[in-house]
Amino acid sequence: MKRRSLLKAFTLTASIAAMGMTWTVQAAETIKVGILHSLSGTMAISETSLKDMALMTIDEINAKGGVNGKLLEAVVVDPASNWPLFAEKGRQLLTQDKVAVVFGCWTSVSRKSVLPVFEELNGLLFYPVQYEGEEMSPNVFYTGAAPNQQAIPAVEYLMSEDGGSARRFVLLGTDYVYPRTTNKILRAFLHSKGVADKDIEEVYTPFGHSDYQTIVTNIKKFSAGGKTAVISTVNGDSNVPFYKELANQGLKATDVPVIAFSVGEEELRGIDTKPLVGNLAAWNYFESVHNPVNQKFVADWKAYAKAHNLPGADKAVTNDPMEATYVGIHMWAQAAEQAKSTDVDKVREAMAGQTFAAPSGYTLTMDKTNHHLHKPVMIGEIEDNGQFNVVWQTKEPIRAQPWSPYIPGNDKKPDYAVKSN
Amino acid sequence: MPTALYRFIFACLLLLPPGAYADDAGDFAAADNSRQAQLLESWAAQPTAERAALINDLQQGQISVDGQSKTLRLNNRLRGLIETAQASQQLLAPDPKLRLAAALQLQKSAKPAQLAFLGRQLAGETDSTAHSALSLALANLQLVDPDPAVRLAAVRLLGETGEPLARTRLETLLQDGVETDAKVRIAAETGLAQVKRKLLIGDLLGQAFSGLSLGSILLLAALGLAITFGLLGVINMAHGEMLMLGAYSTYCVQLLFQRFAPGAIEFYPLLALPVAFFVTACVGMLVERTIIRHLYGRPLETLLATWGISLILIQLVRVLFGAQNVEVANPAWLSGGLQVLPNLVLPYNRLVIIVFALAVVLLTWLLLNKTRLGLNVRAVTQNRNMAACCGVPTGRVDMLAFGLGSGIAGLGGVALSQVGNVGPDLGQGYIIDSFLVVVLGGVGQLAGTVYAAFGLGIANKILEPQIGAVLGKILILGLIILFIQKRPQGLFALKGRVID
Repeated sequence: MKRRSLLKAFTLTASIAAMGMTWTVQAAETIKVGILHSLSGTMAISETSLKDMALMTIDEINAKGGVNGKLLEAVVVDPASNWPLFAEKGRQLLTQDKVAVVFGCWTSVSRKSVLPVFEELNGLLFYPVQYEGEEMSPNVFYTGAAPNQQAIPAVEYLMSEDGGSARRFVLLGTDYVYPRTTNKILRAFLHSKGVADKDIEEVYTPFGHSDYQTIVTNIKKFSAGGKTAVISTVNGDSNVPFYKELANQGLKATDVPVIAFSVGEEELRGIDTKPLVGNLAAWNYFESVHNPVNQKFVADWKAYAKAHNLPGADKAVTNDPMEATYVGIHMWAQAAEQAKSTDVDKVREAMAGQTFAAPSGYTLTMDKTNHHLHKPVMIGEIEDNGQFNVVWQTKEPIRAQPWSPYIPGNDKKPDYAVKSN
Repeated sequence: MPTALYRFIFACLLLLPPGAYADDAGDFAAADNSRQAQLLESWAAQPTAERAALINDLQQGQISVDGQSKTLRLNNRLRGLIETAQASQQLLAPDPKLRLAAALQLQKSAKPAQLAFLGRQLAGETDSTAHSALSLALANLQLVDPDPAVRLAAVRLLGETGEPLARTRLETLLQDGVETDAKVRIAAETGLAQVKRKLLIGDLLGQAFSGLSLGSILLLAALGLAITFGLLGVINMAHGEMLMLGAYSTYCVQLLFQRFAPGAIEFYPLLALPVAFFVTACVGMLVERTIIRHLYGRPLETLLATWGISLILIQLVRVLFGAQNVEVANPAWLSGGLQVLPNLVLPYNRLVIIVFALAVVLLTWLLLNKTRLGLNVRAVTQNRNMAACCGVPTGRVDMLAFGLGSGIAGLGGVALSQVGNVGPDLGQGYIIDSFLVVVLGGVGQLAGTVYAAFGLGIANKILEPQIGAVLGKILILGLIILFIQKRPQGLFALKGRVID
């Protein structure tokens, strides 16, 4: 008797729940957008906050009435720093959840893994992180920097008098496509500036590497041969042991500055920053930039982190890829409004020439042909509070060159997006 | 014409270091970056006591103009020059220790403009260590002196140091056409050979130390597993998570210290040790009593069950602390390093971990070989039925032994939190290495684990500079597979008639 009533109660609740669910779907027709960021594994240190930033931006757009009169609904999946899983989750978002657009990926290897899926199913991906270029897919909008918007100005700065007039370079990176390609470009660039091969050392470590003793000792040895700078494309949480080892072995930024392309405010939260003061990072945005748009952006983010009780909310910070995520989602919403549709082909057309007043203090433009943003370049020094002090920046946003002129054969590539196969 | 000349001279005079020191701060604050650099270089060449306060302020990134303190925007180049100027300033200090530190700094960064000043200071230097350090700093600059005798003396002095910088300087000197005097060239060649020999010693010692350090980390990671897998025979896939729990216990202890005893925060790792041991041992015993004891003798099921436990523990921590890494700061006594040779710095955290690893091994050995519990554990391992017949409470011994293994893993976690990241996935990175160490060392043998850990650590560090971190790891794995094929029982086999 008792069991039966339990069963009945269960069926009743289940059916009510099911009714409730169908009711919500019918009542408010929403536009689904996918969020594809690792929430666990070695990249979680960087990507988790991008997911939260995307959710905040979606809330912001919804508060203003959504897009084309419909609210946005986020579908969050966790590809767990596992590159093949990115492709599976991407396919799931496009075919099962039928999302209008996906915001996601950090590492280039994850982007390369989802790219065939998006091209096959004609999906739309917004990629918010600086990367190595060598790609221009009609199914991707790149809101992070191409090498000429980050890596090359950074090296020019290091070679300048203010940057320390470095003449020898250690190119240190995690072993995957972004560091390898960036270093290939940088090597060609350094050659063009008259730096010989004996003054360039390239070192790679696996993802999640934690023992930097040998590498730091070698950097020290290498730096005895002349003014040296380290160009770090180390990704993920390996940066923490790397910087710890630098500090413990007494290698100071005044002797050997380290410029990082993947270390921002968020990564520094996990480190005691005092020994790192003076080391550099090159980005297109820093939290410390002074302008009203950024003030609001930072304040909104802090409030959002507190309201949603994100881990470490009292120390919430913004960084470049978060800004790029924010800009990307807003631009997509603008384009969808303009096209009066979320259809991928129509949105793609409307994206060309889209502008947005970004927190970096510049009005960013989506290029008419090459799917990349025009971005300003900034170089910041780490301060002891974990923030960056901008020591150099470009006057104007510069146009991206996804096909770097420093890689042979790129001069023949078209300046518009074509599918990779 | 003459007026133009006078104007030019007047302008030059204006550019020279001004006589009125009170204006220095104002000048500096008003100047742009390259002018600031010029000012600093001229100050470094002619330090005066009046400027000491200003340079101290600059060192802090502050400047006070007209009684108001301002924060400066410095870059690395200026910071380096400030350090040099500060060192110049400190050569005037009465304390010989300060003068020595200053001379050591100037060995690296002195500029030719400081030559005259350093010469004067050297003549008046009374402390013998500071004197020799300063003469070396001066020798670096004298390599371009027009007088061959001075150059010869400088080269000889450089040859006696083991400085990496001395090597570069001598090498530049020996390039074609730089040094013309034959005597100086010969001295430079012998000096260079000397320096290279000293550097080689430093390099080799450094490599040995990093090998030992990596070995000690592997040892701490694997020691707990040597008990749970080695002695109890449980293929414990949740071992890595015990390390992780130990590291998170350290984090919690650090938080508690921050809140309740900020004065004693330097010593939080000491309290973290017993806390981590207790927490992980309790978790271990709980797991053993509730799950693993039902699965003794069924290795495949234990493997799956413990793997499941590891996933549960990871997710639990993720829910409690978030997926992001947490910050575990090194206390001051674990930061920095000991300068042994000019090219050899031994970081304190690594030194402490080596000592700690050996201490834990010693304690474990004593516990297993000198106590009643250890006797029982060994008896149960060798023959469970016979031990039970003799009145050994096998169930309780299993529980305690599993708790001990987990507790030691927790201690390892405390150590790992001082060198690497603390995040929910911490254990995943060490579980493979731990199994490698235990299997290579020989299952059931503490000594084997120690040898295998240090052997792997040193082999890794010998291979890494040659072929890189990625290939080195692959090669090591390949070698171990070959070795295990040839000798499945590992380095040390347990001698005995039956191991069930």
